[in-house]
Amino acid sequence: MTPLATGLKGRSELGVALLLGAAGVVVFLDANGLVTPYSKSDPVGPKTVPFIVAGMLVACAVLLAINVLRGGKGEAEGGEDVDLTHPADWKTVLPLAGAFVANILLIDWAGWVISGTVLFWGSVLALGSRRYVRDGLISVALSLLTFYGFYLGLGIALPAGLLEGIL
Amino acid sequence: MDVWSSLMDGFATALTPMNFLYAVIGVILGTAVGVLPGLGPAMTVALLLPVTYALEPTSAFIMFAGIYYGGMYGGSTTSILLNTPGESSSVVTAIEGNKMAKAGRAAQALATAAIGSFVAGTIGTALLAVCAPIVVKFAVSLGAPSYFAIMVLALLAVTAVLGSSRLRGFASLSLGLAIGLVGMDSVTGQRRLTFGQPLLADGLDIVVVAVAIFAVGEALWVAAHLRRTPLHAIPVGQPWMGRSDWKRSWKPWLRGTAFGFPFGALPAGGAEIPTFLSYVTEKRLSKHPEEFGKGAIEGVAGPEAANNAAAAGTLTPMLALGLPTNATAAVMLAAFTSYGIQPGPQLFESQGPLVWALIASLFIGNLLLLIINLPLAPLWAKLLQLPRPYLYAGILFFATLGAYSVNLQAFDLVILLILGALGFMMRRFGLPVLPLVLGVILGPRIEGQLRKTLQLSAGDPAGLLGEPIAVGIYVIIAVILLWPFAFKLIRRNTPVAAASGAALATDADDAVHSNHNAVYSDHKEQP
Repeated sequence: MTPLATGLKGRSELGVALLLGAAGVVVFLDANGLVTPYSKSDPVGPKTVPFIVAGMLVACAVLLAINVLRGGKGEAEGGEDVDLTHPADWKTVLPLAGAFVANILLIDWAGWVISGTVLFWGSVLALGSRRYVRDGLISVALSLLTFYGFYLGLGIALPAGLLEGIL
Repeated sequence: MDVWSSLMDGFATALTPMNFLYAVIGVILGTAVGVLPGLGPAMTVALLLPVTYALEPTSAFIMFAGIYYGGMYGGSTTSILLNTPGESSSVVTAIEGNKMAKAGRAAQALATAAIGSFVAGTIGTALLAVCAPIVVKFAVSLGAPSYFAIMVLALLAVTAVLGSSRLRGFASLSLGLAIGLVGMDSVTGQRRLTFGQPLLADGLDIVVVAVAIFAVGEALWVAAHLRRTPLHAIPVGQPWMGRSDWKRSWKPWLRGTAFGFPFGALPAGGAEIPTFLSYVTEKRLSKHPEEFGKGAIEGVAGPEAANNAAAAGTLTPMLALGLPTNATAAVMLAAFTSYGIQPGPQLFESQGPLVWALIASLFIGNLLLLIINLPLAPLWAKLLQLPRPYLYAGILFFATLGAYSVNLQAFDLVILLILGALGFMMRRFGLPVLPLVLGVILGPRIEGQLRKTLQLSAGDPAGLLGEPIAVGIYVIIAVILLWPFAFKLIRRNTPVAAASGAALATDADDAVHSNHNAVYSDHKEQP
């Protein structure tokens, strides 16, 4: 391994610093692009606060990078169902995110009942349940219940999509 | 109108059959969702927001009152029966509470938590009813410079005092402020950070942001580190207390309340410090100090009361100044704005009946909690057994549903996923989420006050110091930012040099937090 790679190993938190820095630059450039004539009734203008925020972001990015390189480390958050002894389990997270994305793509076209079923079923599977039939039935029931619950109880019409006319 | 008659009007509104029903639904929903592991009060309120959209504001807020206290109470049940608390404010309750449960005294632990919550909640709400109008009277005399200073104080205090790393707190705050900038500038109408996307012109919906950071981020984070063997929940029967338990509980309840309310009402108070103080006090005053660490009832009664009194205290600045100081209040404030209600000192005047109905339903919700939760405790304990795949899939499902139903556009779900990923990253790298959420909510309002102030002073920065209150607050801000450095210097026994203005330079733990961390690590080491 090159010395640089060794230095970066276990320092994934530098990515956070990078993100903060990038956000700072974006905020700065965006504000800099605003065209504002000087106005007596608004001496501060729409640029000042973005500039301050951009400055804070960049300052935090630099200080965080220094902190991490010196061995500082953010404490990962615990919780009832969180077991920090094993590393992040991407085989669970990525399919879960996949189910979420599927819902986004489907919701307007196929409607909530279908996309919601996909979302719940996919999530349950991703999280390790293996009772396919029972999970599927629960998913359909939940989607139907929320669809009608929102429509009748709250007056919010979720999209019916493909099932328009049936529901 | 004086407090008493306003409050009675509030009760009259809250006790109409329909509104009373909403209060009952709120309490049950709040407790049920709050008991579920991984769901704290803030997330409970955020997830249940859409349910209230169809209601008129008064009924919605009556339901909120129930959800608020219900969520609080649900959290303590979880920490007693499962030992690993989700909320930092119930860390202390779990220390003795879980020991009691393991020793077969779960019923007494739950009873003292429930009754203590009721006592503290009732006293706290009474103090809220008395204090809030006084704060309002004082607040209406304040102008833009003072408001600007107070809001800056609240943001900095939450960021600098809570959490273990100040630097990471400020990083989180900055991100929140940046997110708050998105959308049309309220004065000039210019679009900021919209990247040409018309759907961003109105800014990000705060409900979407809150649900993303709290619920989606949490679900993804737990999914990545899911315990393969779920914790064993201790089964429990009907909660009850014997004579000696009452005798040992009532003083800690009152002392806990005394700690909790003032800390809750302070801009950076929160419930962590008072619960910790209450625990230490009870340990010192107890006639049975040897029982501490093995399940002392005082160690549950005091902190639990402090927690609930702080919850009531938090509502004082929230209602009187429009200043949220914890995550739950921040979400409730977001709900106010989504109803077109402007938070701030004018609230009591413009929305008097609503505010008093809310306060009255806090009393009612508290009583309902006691009546409903004592008999239902065994049922709540069963909820803890819910298979984890269903629980976290359900959180994602309802988070999506809630965020989507705000505007019925799939674009919001994209935002939800992106910010959910951000929430995941923040949990991974120890960035606290509260400063971000407060930054999103308070950022635009701080900017508004800043511009108003300098408009009045015709661009002269001295206008920021135009009111004596503002000057006083800046002194407090300076103290908060500098005291860890001063403390460090004193501890090193070096002559006190002037602490430089590089307030962000290190992320030193301050004294309170090193104590605090002691409790955390203590707790984690338990078998």
